[in-house]
Amino acid sequence: MIVAQRKPFAEIKDMLQGYNKVLNVGCGTCVSVCLAGGEKEVAVLNTELEMARRLADDPIDIQGHTIERQCDREYLAELDSIIEEGGFDALLSMACGVGIQFLAERYPHIPTFPAVDTSGLAVNQAVGWYEERCRSCSQCVLGSTGGICPITMCAKGLLNGPCGGTNKGSCEISSDQPCAWFRIYERLSGQDRLDAIKKINTARGWKNQTPRNLIQPGYMKPEKMAK
Amino acid sequence: MNTETHVASGSNLEKVLRSGQFAFTGELGPPRGTNADEVREKAKFLKGNVDAVNITDNQTAVVRMSSWAASLIAIQEGLEPNYQMVCRDRNRLAMQSDILGGYALGIRNMLCLSGDHQQFGDHPDAMGVFDIDSIQLIAMVRQMRDEGLFLSGTEIHQPPKMFIGAASNPFADPFEWRVHRLAKKIEAGANFIQTQCIYNMEKFRKFIHLANEEGLTEKVFILAGVTPMKSVGMARYMKSKVPGMDVPDEIIDRLKGVEKEKVAQEGINIACEQIEEFKEMKGVHGVHLMAIEWEHMVPQIAEQAKVLPRPVFS
Ligand code: SF4
Ligand code: SF4
Repeated sequence: MIVAQRKPFAEIKDMLQGYNKVLNVGCGTCVSVCLAGGEKEVAVLNTELEMARRLADDPIDIQGHTIERQCDREYLAELDSIIEEGGFDALLSMACGVGIQFLAERYPHIPTFPAVDTSGLAVNQAVGWYEERCRSCSQCVLGSTGGICPITMCAKGLLNGPCGGTNKGSCEISSDQPCAWFRIYERLSGQDRLDAIKKINTARGWKNQTPRNLIQPGYMKPEKMAK
Repeated sequence: MNTETHVASGSNLEKVLRSGQFAFTGELGPPRGTNADEVREKAKFLKGNVDAVNITDNQTAVVRMSSWAASLIAIQEGLEPNYQMVCRDRNRLAMQSDILGGYALGIRNMLCLSGDHQQFGDHPDAMGVFDIDSIQLIAMVRQMRDEGLFLSGTEIHQPPKMFIGAASNPFADPFEWRVHRLAKKIEAGANFIQTQCIYNMEKFRKFIHLANEEGLTEKVFILAGVTPMKSVGMARYMKSKVPGMDVPDEIIDRLKGVEKEKVAQEGINIACEQIEEFKEMKGVHGVHLMAIEWEHMVPQIAEQAKVLPRPVFS
């Protein structure tokens, strides 16, 4: 899932300086699961903001609404009437980076602010602990690396590792960080598939250097949006 | 040694190695400023005592005078540089243009490295480039030289003919993988290898033995890495703090066993004993002496290691 972490309170408070009627929009999918921006987090943040602004003698009217998915028009639509009638002078979003942008795009006349920092595609290792696993590089190599991503998990993103810094199975950056390539070696060795990494991985043409559009086979951009 | 590949880089180091002589290379770290005399001062101690000198590239991810600029100063001082290039700081465009420029101005050897992670250096929040990795860099320099093509496949007008070096760390794990990695670097196009500093001789013997068995030492020149210990503190630091470094307790004990003012000399003695063994070791073709910030000791070490005079080619 996409994981994110709430921004420091002071930063959020600063962004909302001068705005007195705000709608905080949560998202019920990834950021809700990773405890960053679901219904509960919206309520907590709103209470904190209300209190801080009251103490500063600058009260804020902040409301909350959490929709199923902010990255999907179908769900965003339910905000239309709330926003039309609410007279908000700013929107705050607790969704991931794409959700925040979709919200800002739907209501372009209202300033929209991020309440979270989105940090990647991660697995849930334990309650509250998420580990990044994919940088969505558009050319997956997991088939030859034993299902371990070197782009994400190797600190240098090497395609021909491990480098000379591997330290007793840890990455040179920290003894807490496992060396991805050490693990790739171990896993492939266990599967008797070391040949998969004895071949040179040649320099790749990066596919993530321009904004990417993904259109599944058999689909097209709708005429009116194609420009 | 299969020396019949058609490399003719004009490199002195290449001539020494291809003529079957035991090579001896040194290292010089560029200054953290613009004073060319700092390079000249260090070069003075290396000149005539080594076949080529590695010019480090933002070593340990700390900003220094660029490696190619310091290489040019070394050339002016009559030293042959081994231009180090790391993958951390440049993308493929910058790398290729620096290679063209360096070659145009007289650089003939290159050492292709991944580079220490930026987190270790003085700009820990910098973006690490790693557009290509060290093995892909070796392959790129080889393609530029042998095929006369840029990485993109377009033609180079007067391609750079570099003598291509790579690093090998026989002590990083998994140990079994290190020989495969060496093989990959050779396949990519490495002509010579400089190893990580060796202290654990037993492990190194094992590594070279495996490399010999795989026929790798027939395909590449191997220069064994040597760094004399200056103090017990340095030995302890290398053992515990430097990733991928293997310092056995015997070394530390031996340094501890002599009077304080004789520790540095004992470090040099150990290094020279190693060099003696390397001279006889099948599959080792030279020594790379990394006496960083100890350049002034190189003449004495070279003397004691009996590697002088260095060969001269007309
Ligand atoms: S190689 Fe890694 S970053 Fe690329 S798609 Fe696969 S998991 Fe994601
Ligand atoms: S130690 Fe391992 S994970 Fe770390 S940079 Fe080197 S190969 Fe990558």
